[in-house]
Order: sequence, then C-alpha cells, then structure tokens
Amino acid sequence: MTVETLFHGIGVSEGARIGRAFVYRPIRIEDALSLKTDQPEAELEALRLAKQRCIEELEQLIEHTAQTLGEEKAVILKGQVSMLNDPSFYPPMENAIRLEQWAAETAVSQIVTKTAALFESMTSAYMQERASDVRDVGARLLMHVKGSGGGRLGDIQEEVILVADDLTPSDTVQLDKQLVRAFVTRIGGKTSHTAILANSLRIPAILGAGDAVDDIQTGDLLAIDGATGEIIVHPSEGTIAGYEAVMATQQEEQQGLAQYATREAVTTDGHRVEIAANIGTPEEAQGLVAQGAEAVGLYRTEFLFMSRSQMPDEETQYRAYREAVEAMEGRPVVIRTLDIGGDKELPYLDLPKEMNPFLGYRAIRLCLDERELLMTQLRAILRASAHGPVKIMFPMISGMQEWREAREMVMAVRYQLEQDGVEVGERIELGIMVEIPSAALQADRFAREVDFFSIGTNDLVQYTLAVDRMNEKVADLYDYFHPAVLRLIKRVIDASNVEGKWTGMCGSMAGDPLAAPLLIGLGLHEWSMSPAAMHKVKQVITSSSREACRALAERVLDMDSAAEVREALQAFAGTHSKN
Amino acid sequence: MIKHETTIRNESGFHIRPAQLFTETAARYASNISVTVNGTSTTVDGKSILGLMTLGLSKGAEITITSDGADEAEAIRALIELAESGFGEN
Repeated sequence: MTVETLFHGIGVSEGARIGRAFVYRPIRIEDALSLKTDQPEAELEALRLAKQRCIEELEQLIEHTAQTLGEEKAVILKGQVSMLNDPSFYPPMENAIRLEQWAAETAVSQIVTKTAALFESMTSAYMQERASDVRDVGARLLMHVKGSGGGRLGDIQEEVILVADDLTPSDTVQLDKQLVRAFVTRIGGKTSHTAILANSLRIPAILGAGDAVDDIQTGDLLAIDGATGEIIVHPSEGTIAGYEAVMATQQEEQQGLAQYATREAVTTDGHRVEIAANIGTPEEAQGLVAQGAEAVGLYRTEFLFMSRSQMPDEETQYRAYREAVEAMEGRPVVIRTLDIGGDKELPYLDLPKEMNPFLGYRAIRLCLDERELLMTQLRAILRASAHGPVKIMFPMISGMQEWREAREMVMAVRYQLEQDGVEVGERIELGIMVEIPSAALQADRFAREVDFFSIGTNDLVQYTLAVDRMNEKVADLYDYFHPAVLRLIKRVIDASNVEGKWTGMCGSMAGDPLAAPLLIGLGLHEWSMSPAAMHKVKQVITSSSREACRALAERVLDMDSAAEVREALQAFAGTHSKN
Repeated sequence: MIKHETTIRNESGFHIRPAQLFTETAARYASNISVTVNGTSTTVDGKSILGLMTLGLSKGAEITITSDGADEAEAIRALIELAESGFGEN
C-alpha cells in the first residue's frame, strides 16, 4: 500500500497539478569509472543483460513513438537499436572485457568514446552531431550496466511532472514542453534558470525540494502546488479532490484576468506605464501582442547560443532577432547582448571553471574581450532593426568605461553596415542593465549618456545583499524588498528622470503583483516580466492611485527591514485592491 | 557480384535515419553488401549503421553499392530504389 506523504520545496511558479512523476537522473558516458575486473565472465554477462534491457526499452519506445509521433520519428530510435547490434560497436566492448580485463562500464565508455571521436574528427557540424547520437546510445547502455541513473528526457511520451536534481539549460531545450506539466527539482530557487523557464512556459514549478526527490519514483502519482511549494506523493482520494477544486478555481481566475489583455496599465488617477514581456526565444514572442504586451522588455539572447553545439553565425542570429521583431508588430524589442558565464555556460567557448563565476568573466566583460563575438551579434541585431523598433542593452555594466566601449562598438558596426549598403533602423536606443550596485550608485553619470536603464533585480539583489541566489541555506536572505535594494532602485529611477530618460525593470520583482504599487510610487516607467504575470500586475496597477502609491513608497523607503516592507505592502494590497 | 552507382539525393545527407533505413533494407538479404565512396578507397559494410554514418555523406555524394550473394540482384534493386527515393525525405 502506498501512503500519502507531504514534502515542501520552494514554489517558484504558481499553479496546482496532479500527475505522474517522471524522474530524470542523467548519466553521461564520462561518468563511467576506469576499472579492471578479475571476473570477466560476470562482466560479459552484465554487459549482455544491459544490452538486452536497452533493446527491450527501445522497442517499447519505438512502438509507442510510431503510434503517437509517427513512423518517421521511430526510425531514429531503430537506429539506436542498430547501433547496439553493430559489428563495430558491441563486439569490441566484449573484447575489451575478455582480452584486457576491463570492467563492463569501462569497456562501454572506451568504445563509445572512441566511436564518438571518429565522428568528432570530421569537420562538418552535422557529423559532429552524429557523435552525440553515439554518446546517447552509449549513455543508455551505461545506465543499464551500472543499474543507476534513468529517465531520459527524450523518452517522455505522456504528460508528466518532471522530477530531477537540477535541470540545465541544455536539458530544458530538449524537453517536450507539451508533455511536461510541472517541474520538481532538488536544488535551485526563485531566480534559477528553471524558475524563469517555468514562468515563461506558465507551468508550475517547485525547486529546492531537497531529499524529497529521493522519495519519488517514476510513475508515482504526485499532487503539487507551485504557489505553496507543497509536494504530495501518493495523494489520497480526498487530497486529489481538494487539488482538483483548487485547479478549477485557478482556471476561473485566469479567465477573469484575461480581460486585462486589452486594457492599458493606467492608474486610477491617470498615470500610464508600460507593460512588457521577457522572452528567451523568438517563438515566445508569438502571440504576445494579443496577450497585451506593449513591448519585449528583455530578449535573453543567450538561449540562442546555449541550444546548439556551435556558435550561431550572423545569419542565424539575424533570423532569430528579426522573427521576434516582426512578431511584435511595430512594438519595441529590447535585445540584451550575450549574458553568458555565471550559471550559464557555453560548451563550445570552453571557459575555465572559476571560484566565483558570478563575480568573474561573464556577460559584457567577456563580450568586450571576445570582440568578434559581440561584433557579430551587434551586426545581426542592427540588421534586424530594419524590420521594427529595436533597443539594445548591455548586461553586467559595472563602470562607465564598459558602457562607452560597448556604445562605440555599436557605432562602428553601424558605420560598417551603412558603408556596405545594408539597411539599419534609423534610431536605436542604447541602454544598460543596472544589476551591479556600482552602476546604480553612478546612475546620475550614466543617465547623461544612456537612453534608458533596465533594472535586473535578480542580480542586483544578489550583489547588493551578498547572497548567492543558488544557495538554499541563505535563500531566506535574498529579498528584493530589502530597503537597501529599494533605495538603489529609487536612485536609478530618479537619475533617469533628471535627464529625461526612462527606467524599466526586467527582474522577478517586476512580475510580483505585491511590488507593483511600490514601483508605481517610485516612478518606474516600464515593467518587463514573464508573460504569465502581465494580467495580474495590470490588475493591480489599474486599481491603484499614483498618489497613494507615492505615499507608500515614501513610507517603506524609511523602514528597517524587508519583513517590515513586505508587511506594509501586504496591508496596502489588502486595503487598495478592488477584488 | 553486382555493382551499381548512385547519388545521395536527400537534403540532410546520410544521418541516422537514412542510415537506419539502408541497413534495415540490407539486412533483409543474405548477400554481402558494401558501400564505396566514388573516387576513394573508403568502403564500409552496408549492414553496419556506424560504418555508413562515418562515411559522412552529404547531398550530392556519389557512391557505389556492391552486392554479392544468392539474392544479390534483389538486394541491389531494393537499395538503389531506397537511395533514389531520397530515403523518403524529398
């Protein structure tokens, strides 16, 4: 009998779900140990069994895939079976055990690595991808040899709640987003990549679930609530009924909020602000206008770079940027130049591991060094600007020199393009992300030169409060309502006002309905958030008066702690909301 | 023994899917099948998916298929037909 068990994680993306767990424990071919054996017969038998299991597993998948996705896709899986049966794949593994006394897992890794290297030595990107097919089959075999790891993302074939230790950007790229109904992960928090992804996909997510992940098996029924962080394994019938009721209410609420798609964000006393959306891929821009986005306030270009095995060339980038610009039908798109490093790695850039990646070689620092890389990106962005209004912002600016260098590069690229007779948008606003306290403190100086600021609260909070946003142990200290953070935000907005410039915000804080009245009070011009949050924030803005918000802002700036601020904001939401 | 020349016609060349279809077809016949890249000495077993994939054939590549055995004629006919259909991708 299964017993209902309750666990808690950090709810990072709202919504309740009931569904079957799919536990993803990746194993890579590099995870094999280098071991000798004195019982080759036993190792040969282990290898034979593992191969048999792989083939059985693949045959099931093939049958299922043929039925659901068609014969076309199934052939690729059949190719994996053929590789396992190939005379130049499996027999050499047997020989490595029999003749050289390697343990089965070592034999697998040696032959797979050797075979993959054959492909990798070929020049075309296309053949190098075949190496990953080989590694993929190899990892499947290794998983069965070691009897550990499991759940391959490509094997997901029905609606599931995905359970994992962590999900890397490259994992999430290969996810079938139609089938994954929610995420539960061991590590991570409100601002990790998975949280951002879940928000943009509008699927519930609970991160930082810790050891709870060990108590979940593939196929277990789960009920999760992304608002509270509640994870219930083997929910009882009563629990299921309760969850179903919550899910029905949420659906109704969503429908009620839908009216805000066509409404402008104007306060009760006539102050209008701009509501924009954050996107990571051009596809995410599709349909944004209909959902009420007045702009894309942050286009994170790094996903374009992370989802492939080679640097995207100018043409590839141009097509992506142009697609996003065209999808917005004349509304502005703020493109952020490559923000890589920190928790976002590029396999083909081969950056050394750093002790403090968030304080290290990343974002604009890297781009000003790898000038070719930034030049190519700027050329692609400028070419896309011929198709609609584009603005460019630079991430991780810590001082004036970086901004000036970046601006000069834009000028140089524009000059080049114009010399070549390539069409470029007439006026392209240039701005900086304010995410390092030094930039916020010098906002008055920057404001004379930039066209706009965009406050990235996720990093600004982490750098101001010295809290690693990935570290669960200090996650409690991470709070954008800390009065010190609020003072920096105020400083930036005030500085932009003095010079007649504008300030946006693209971190999680912008999508928090609780923060909206405070930000109105501080004078923020543009809010950019995950599309899922836009309607709720608009609802709050349209039911608040600017005067009351200003008084609120003045009051909280003078408070001692984040807890006090939060309490005041909750009280304000209670008395001023029209619900 | 029969030989027959043909050209790879599908856009994406000889990746895992066409290679699978080729070996799958080749495996139906008892004859030995080999594939040679024209103008080179590179020859691989036509029943080995890895062998075929390592040829790195792209669109326009010219190959010779060799079939040797009791059902060599049927085998080569089936393989040529498959290659000329662009592996069902065009």
